[in-house]
Amino acid sequence: MSEITKISGAEAVIKSLLKEGVDLIYGYPGGAIMPIYDELHKYEDKLNHVLTRHEQGATHAAQGFARVTGKVGVVMATSGPGATNLVTGIADAQIDSTPMVCITGQVASHLLGSDAFQETDIIGISSPVTKWNCQVTKASEIPEVLAKAFYIAKSGRPGPVLIDITKDAQFELMEFSYSKCKTIRSYTPVPNYSIKQLKKAAELINNAKKPLIVFGQGVILGNAETEFKNFIEKTGIPSAWTILGLSALPSDHPLNVGMVGMHGNYGPNVLTNQCDLLIAVGMRFDDRVTGNLDTYAKQAKIIHFDIDPAEINKTVEVDVPVLGTVKETLPEILKLVNKNNHQNWLGKFHSLYEKEYSKVIKEELHPTKEGLSMAEVVKEINIASKGNAIIITDVGQHQMVACRYAKFNESKSNVTSGGLGTMGFALPAALGAKMGAPEREVVAIIGDGGFQMTIQELGTIFQTGSAVKIVVLNNNYLGMVRQWQEMFFEKRYASTELVNPDFVTIAKGYYIEAKKVSKREELKSSIELMMNSKKPFFLEVSVEKEHNVFPMIPTGASVSDIRLD
Amino acid sequence: MSELNNTYTISVYTENNLGLLNRISAIFLKRHISIESLTTSQSEIENIFRFIIVVSITKSRVERVIKQIEKQIEVIAAFYHSNEETIFLETALYKVKSKSLFNEKTIQKIIKNSQANIVTVSPEYFVIEKTGWRKDTEKLYDELEPYGLLQFVRSGRISVSKEPMNISNILGLNTDK
Ligand SMILES: Cc1ncc(C[n+]2csc(CCOP(=O)(O)OP(=O)(O)O)c2C)c(N)n1
Ligand SMILES: [Mg+2]
Repeated sequence: MSEITKISGAEAVIKSLLKEGVDLIYGYPGGAIMPIYDELHKYEDKLNHVLTRHEQGATHAAQGFARVTGKVGVVMATSGPGATNLVTGIADAQIDSTPMVCITGQVASHLLGSDAFQETDIIGISSPVTKWNCQVTKASEIPEVLAKAFYIAKSGRPGPVLIDITKDAQFELMEFSYSKCKTIRSYTPVPNYSIKQLKKAAELINNAKKPLIVFGQGVILGNAETEFKNFIEKTGIPSAWTILGLSALPSDHPLNVGMVGMHGNYGPNVLTNQCDLLIAVGMRFDDRVTGNLDTYAKQAKIIHFDIDPAEINKTVEVDVPVLGTVKETLPEILKLVNKNNHQNWLGKFHSLYEKEYSKVIKEELHPTKEGLSMAEVVKEINIASKGNAIIITDVGQHQMVACRYAKFNESKSNVTSGGLGTMGFALPAALGAKMGAPEREVVAIIGDGGFQMTIQELGTIFQTGSAVKIVVLNNNYLGMVRQWQEMFFEKRYASTELVNPDFVTIAKGYYIEAKKVSKREELKSSIELMMNSKKPFFLEVSVEKEHNVFPMIPTGASVSDIRLD
Repeated sequence: MSELNNTYTISVYTENNLGLLNRISAIFLKRHISIESLTTSQSEIENIFRFIIVVSITKSRVERVIKQIEKQIEVIAAFYHSNEETIFLETALYKVKSKSLFNEKTIQKIIKNSQANIVTVSPEYFVIEKTGWRKDTEKLYDELEPYGLLQFVRSGRISVSKEPMNISNILGLNTDK
């Protein structure tokens, strides 16, 4: 009989991660997680741990990694402040359905509840913003709990999971064996669709004269880009995207009619209130998408494809819900729908686009003003990348502009903090995205405000040598807030003006090649220089200071009252 | 037309999990819904727990809340019922000075008429138990109050639904016993 060798709980954590195929972790050490870090040291040839400069940066890096790879992002942090620093990223991952497993150290179990040094109730704190969380106080529980964590994080509608492991459990010896979690009896990741609803949906689609599709991240999370394309091409239905649906359908697809929502395109917003059938595919009717609910698509029948039953009738009452993953339901409905085209109806989108072009887009892309516009920077990035880059955006005006004007050929190429709107997201997320897709060009477009929220991650970018391209669109303002102050608070610019440091010097201080542009003549060449670099590159672009993003649906207004100026 | 609030009894069947109470109550907190009563206990199935939560909200809200509760990983199923659809009770305990029992003739009459039980009698105090609807326990409270209540406590609602909830089916358990 062979003797069973015992290993520590800390080593069991590492072995479990390896069993889940993890080879990259973002994190930050500290007292309560030191045994695990000690094991990481032993396994460093198999498991790359990236030391970020702040735990929040670790979460966003893991998110960026998860969003471009579809894999689970893994984060480690110590107890107390290490754990609380994760909360923003966890909340962001929860609202944007990003698969993530966070492992936190905790004080030894005999100290729990004694206000021990660096003890915080991270289980209590993170409960409302995690898909699942669990505290482990015995080494023997580690493999099973981690197997569950990964299963829950990535199955069904993905989300963040937090596992809190007491220090004694990390030291304790246990007999390791691992089996992946395949089901949990109280959890139904993918609900069944009903054939009846599918038939009803098909009938509505076949009879619709003016149908409109609004698709969201569900298409990307379900790996259903092809299925989606087949569906819209057969039915000929104009398709608009939510901010998180961006890149699921190539920008130049003839049925791609642009973005819905607050700063979306004119056509799809206006026509939401004229269509006779609205087909929501893997999206959740966020208030930034719907505007005033009392006047949202009231004339239309609504079909809602979603994996999460809690999203059905949550904010918008729908006529036909189709549960399940769109990877399965779209091919099913494809069999039931007629081949069609809606040229006249599609033409309406085109003519409204013309209106938006002449009133907004033309001046944005080809400004007659002296100052640089954010949109022309994005345009130059499109040209240089040929639409093949992964674009990471932070939160604010630059985000809306980037999402409006960036061009994409490939899915999983737009990474932004949509639901939570977390400033500081982009820089670390870009690092994670680049490490997840090293063969691709990754361009982070960031505001001067948000950049300074996680600016220290320049250190991580430098240390890992990740060739992230960082573009800061500097308007010397918290631009989006300033826009609201201008429009709705009679230009009272309360605490939105920024006196900024010399960003180029800061980037250079981190040994990152850096350049600043403020003249149009230098823009193209600077962007080319940046894109051609094989190393990380920082480009600051001084843009027009008081410029507003249009179109805009003011809060409380109807989608069809979207303003062009 | 705005919807009216109604009293709903929410029944939640769960795996035994330490953090679940926190997660479930957070669903109400996040929506600014106050919980009128909450009980947790073992259910009819081994190792399955049952929460009974009473809230006063609109039907469309309770429907949404149920879905959020069901979304929690360790929740097996959640149901809501109006008062008409359930059989429910609460238990109240009343602690009164023993002096009153012996000195005040009416007290004994009150106990008898209200079909309450005397649980314990000591030289200092006695304890009465009354199980029933809220209005019954409240009526007894009003009647005993003038004699000086030392302590009063009422349990959360316990209830069973008139219709089956079929938890065993959901779990694929065989319960032909
Ligand atoms: C962490 C955080 N704090 C505050 C906000 C509110 N907010 C939204 S946009 C914005 C301004 C962002 O300014 P900047 O990063 O310079 O981008 P710009 O809008 O100027 O492009 C602020 C403060 C936020 N979204 N996130
Ligand atoms: Mg700014």
